[in-house]
Amino acid sequence: MKNTIDISVSINGKEFEDSVIPRMTLLDFLRDKARLTGTHTGCEHGVCGACSVIFDGDPVRSCSLLAVQANGKSVMTVEGLTNADGTPGIIQEAFQDAHAMQCGYCTSGMLVSAHALLERNDRPSLEDIKEAIGGNICRCTGYVQIIEAIQLAATRLREVSG
Amino acid sequence: MKEQSGNNLKFVSRKRRVREDKRFVKGTAVFAQDVNLPNMKHCAIVQSPYPRAKILSIDASQALGMEGVRYVLTGDEFRANANDMKFGLNTPEVKWYPLAVDITRYAGEWVAVVVADDQYTAEDAAELVEVEYESLEPIIDPEKAYDEKEVLVHPAHGSNVLYEGHFCWGTVDEDFAAAEETLSYRVRWGRSSTVPIETFGVVARWNEAVDLLDVWASIQMPNYVELLAATLRIPLNCVRLHQDVDVGGSYGVKRGIKHSVIVGYLSRLLRAPVRMIEDRLINMSSGDAHGPDRIFDTQVAFNRDGKILSLKIRALDDAGAYPSRAPFQLAKPISAIVGPYKINSVQYDAISVVTNKTGQVPVRGFGQSPTNYMIEAAVDKVARHLNLGRIEVRQRNFINHDEFPYQIPSGSKYDSGDYHTVLQKALDAANYDELINRRDAARAAGRLAGIGIGTCLEPGGGNNIFEYLMNPSAEITTFSEGAEIRVDPDGLVTGVVGTTTSGQGHETLMATIIGEELGIDPDTIRVVHADSLNAPVTRSPVASRMAIMLGSSTAAAAQKIIAKVMRIAAYNLQEVEDDLEYVDGSVFVRRDPVRKLTWRDICFIAHKAYHKMPNGMEPGLQAQHVFQVPGGGQLPDEQQRVQIYPCFSFQAHIPYVEIDPGTGHVKILDYTIGHDCGTIINPDIVRGMVIGGLVHGIGAALYEKFAYRPDGQFESATFADYLMPSVYEVPMVKDVDHCTPSPLTSHGQKGSGEGGYLGAPAAIASAVNDALYPRGVSIYELPMRSHLIEDLLNGGKTNP
Repeated sequence: MKNTIDISVSINGKEFEDSVIPRMTLLDFLRDKARLTGTHTGCEHGVCGACSVIFDGDPVRSCSLLAVQANGKSVMTVEGLTNADGTPGIIQEAFQDAHAMQCGYCTSGMLVSAHALLERNDRPSLEDIKEAIGGNICRCTGYVQIIEAIQLAATRLREVSG
Repeated sequence: MKEQSGNNLKFVSRKRRVREDKRFVKGTAVFAQDVNLPNMKHCAIVQSPYPRAKILSIDASQALGMEGVRYVLTGDEFRANANDMKFGLNTPEVKWYPLAVDITRYAGEWVAVVVADDQYTAEDAAELVEVEYESLEPIIDPEKAYDEKEVLVHPAHGSNVLYEGHFCWGTVDEDFAAAEETLSYRVRWGRSSTVPIETFGVVARWNEAVDLLDVWASIQMPNYVELLAATLRIPLNCVRLHQDVDVGGSYGVKRGIKHSVIVGYLSRLLRAPVRMIEDRLINMSSGDAHGPDRIFDTQVAFNRDGKILSLKIRALDDAGAYPSRAPFQLAKPISAIVGPYKINSVQYDAISVVTNKTGQVPVRGFGQSPTNYMIEAAVDKVARHLNLGRIEVRQRNFINHDEFPYQIPSGSKYDSGDYHTVLQKALDAANYDELINRRDAARAAGRLAGIGIGTCLEPGGGNNIFEYLMNPSAEITTFSEGAEIRVDPDGLVTGVVGTTTSGQGHETLMATIIGEELGIDPDTIRVVHADSLNAPVTRSPVASRMAIMLGSSTAAAAQKIIAKVMRIAAYNLQEVEDDLEYVDGSVFVRRDPVRKLTWRDICFIAHKAYHKMPNGMEPGLQAQHVFQVPGGGQLPDEQQRVQIYPCFSFQAHIPYVEIDPGTGHVKILDYTIGHDCGTIINPDIVRGMVIGGLVHGIGAALYEKFAYRPDGQFESATFADYLMPSVYEVPMVKDVDHCTPSPLTSHGQKGSGEGGYLGAPAAIASAVNDALYPRGVSIYELPMRSHLIEDLLNGGKTNP
């Protein structure tokens, strides 16, 4: 039998326990063990951002972390951005209204990066937005509609929070 | 075609949400990598480290001894049990197997596949497969490959030339003799591609009980299922492609036929589902997804007033080791070989050669983007040479709005257009006079600044006549597209698309057009992607064709539904159809609108009340229509003049750039685009396509290159080496649209998927050369990477 390590990770607010081989990436763990396939495999070397998740509050590349590093930590994936009833959250709605995607493959990572930005900055400038998604490559849209979606989401989030 | 006032359209051209987006934002879309079947096996690849080598032996015993390893497949075994993959050129001795047989032909070529219970084990085991090679001298340079007699990529073929075609349309020699001026120049389009963020992936499962190969793949490719069946020697109706798998970007390149025949073969052999997902290294080095790599040597004949008379073009394209349909990318440009200009005659020599590089596949625009770059370079050069404005020369040569349909020398009849107006709209939106002031102020302050002017034609919706043109013996010309509409007993409507989607929004397109035709809210309409055994006729969503082809077939199918509804209503209301009116699903008696049948009434009758149906009418309410390319069926004439594409969109690009004189780095500070794709079906989709294509063009112009060393080693296998535009490299593009409807499609729509990519490289090159002009240098090689520009600035090299 292969050497495995027991880990427990809080994913989108739910505890998830499993035994993993030490070299398993967090990305593979989320996709193949937790069966949360919204997080996508892109370049596998930390450049494209398709695998972005929130890790203890910070956006990270799940391809470049090991699952064992997440033991005892909290992870939020794109699936965690929906409302409690499963309907799309405010950022997800804004991405639809601005059609901030085409093939939808980089979208999860974009949403995660946008969420991380808007958690900290409710009035982001264009430069703030560029910095937030500067590590997320999109090959379809040319980014303009993504920027517009994040601006729209920021406006709506401010309206909600009054 | 309908009148396009635009005002009487309810859903078409209106801003409406793109229905596909919801599953993407929720993270619930199913991509190939998300297909997870019980007992599924995983593949890892053994690659050749040599660009050209003899395979002396393969020893897989250590790999097979590892726990969890199920099989190791080699090229010899595959060749013994399956056919080579065929692609349409008449080159029977260029054999392509998914795994190298006897010889490897590029660095990274697949030599063996290891199958294991999990991906980690498969990749470990792949490292244990021992292959003994005898390295051979490779041929890397395409110009040398053309002349080479000894070093042949496919020795049995007898040369490295796959295709060489000579075309002469019109009075080229006379026009050159009569011209007041001529220029000759070379431009080079570098080897790049569209590189989707999702790599290619495929899962296959052989179901022995029903003799069926089920396939889930991230595919966008005409003839994919046919090729799978033919290669694996199984009947065509024994392959079922599940086309509801979302494709994570393609832009032409998702064509993993090699991967697919391997997993198809293995799943049958191992009686288990087998999956192959490219990792990024495999994708870049050997996923068969490189794009055109082209050298143009062009001569242009013109008069001193700027009027261009004739072109002589030699295009030499490097197809890599295995060409697939790549050589046909020399044929699409025939359809717009003079761009948007009135040029009287053209000579076109099109040559495709093989080299020891990764095989080339069709990429967004199918060869038109490099060609457009070459055409636009001619116009800029003529303007510079005559000291005329680049805009003025374009305006002087444009086809006029009142001259359509306009036939160009190569036989294409452009359907419609208004190039002067679109260019003017773009100039206005760019505040062109202010842009000039900005450039000149920057120059006065010692900076290198330039404005680009670039236009392009986007041929869309084409047929397969280009295949006939390059290989008449195959007799292949058809490229139709079908749509099916089913109305259920409750009156709810389902549209059936026959192919996969990779971000084009086909479901939104189809729902919008059904809704428009039937007068039903598109949000109530479901659209499904049928599997390949259930699908309407399709040739896949290539060639900027789905708005044109799927849109028109959908509209025609909807009209068949309405025709049947009217007959049922006439029968039940005891009126003639001429006295009835169809409004939003219900049918009224014109003179007495109280008498009517509702949509629900009619759907009920059609499905359940046969006694209320006209005599002999087919029960149910469903319709299918297969749309053939307008003008399809005509063969090339004796001068090889031919109509390949029916619809021609137009774009005008105006970028503003500044160049760092120390590093040669180009920064795009402003970008305006004017576009005309006829009637827009969904404004958000078209805008995304236009800007997204444009950004692909920025990549091709400035950054992206699959680089090979002179010794044939591949240097761009990661995203750290193959540079793509991030949000920092892209300005907030200003876009302005114009509508010149096509007379050939259901709603006047044309293609919009490629134009951004066709126009941007030419326009950015124009801007860079404008910025370099005061320093007396120029560059006609893409990508215009910083170090090349820095060499020019500091070494003073010129490329006239």
